[in-house]
Amino acid sequence: MNVPLLVRNRLSLDALLAEVVSHECGGTAVFLGTVRNGPEEKSAPGDGVTGIEYSAYDAMAERELGTILTEVQERWPGARAAARHRLGLVPVGDASIAIVVAAPHRRHAFEACRYVIEAVKRRLPIWKKEYHADGTTTWVDAEGRPAESGPAPAR
Amino acid sequence: MVSIRVQLFAQYAEQVGRNVVDVEVAAPATVGALVARLRADHPAASIPATPLVAVNLTQARPADPVSAGDDVALLPPLAGG
Repeated sequence: MNVPLLVRNRLSLDALLAEVVSHECGGTAVFLGTVRNGPEEKSAPGDGVTGIEYSAYDAMAERELGTILTEVQERWPGARAAARHRLGLVPVGDASIAIVVAAPHRRHAFEACRYVIEAVKRRLPIWKKEYHADGTTTWVDAEGRPAESGPAPAR
Repeated sequence: MVSIRVQLFAQYAEQVGRNVVDVEVAAPATVGALVARLRADHPAASIPATPLVAVNLTQARPADPVSAGDDVALLPPLAGG
């Protein structure tokens, strides 16, 4: 199935679950990555995060996410995985990523679901820009801290 | 010399002011030489000495070869999920 894995609308869990449902599976694990209003140590300016804008190197991100889902099938035979990553401006509280894994046994469903999110964070060429209530924006890293910026050091 | 088209993303694209740049390097070129030339061309952008580079949708290392027509992208630290 070659449906796009990167989408620009609100993620639908029902649709994803329908993709993995199977009479051979006894457990289905779900992970939603949701936009929160900032890291515990607020290091970004502004009155609070209103949303995060996700952008991607689409061709590579699509391919890499598809590869990760295929790896699940190889590592956990019988497991069925589906995922979508949302791009564009995602408001606080909304999901930026949804992952579902159905497997014959619940242990593998949990393991494989975790595998997918950890692999996504390591491998997908996707970036985040925080939007603040005061109208400012900040590129942030994987932990939600301002991405390094500024002029290159003098040689 | 060979001209290689490099896609830029996120903060790199903002700092350079473009989504794509053409970089001239001596052939046969490596990823490392390409990055060095790009950094020299855009000193105001804070592109690190060894950024993540993808060639034809796969992460590449500085010693890897790169030629005109390859799909090359400079990737800021990944922040997906």
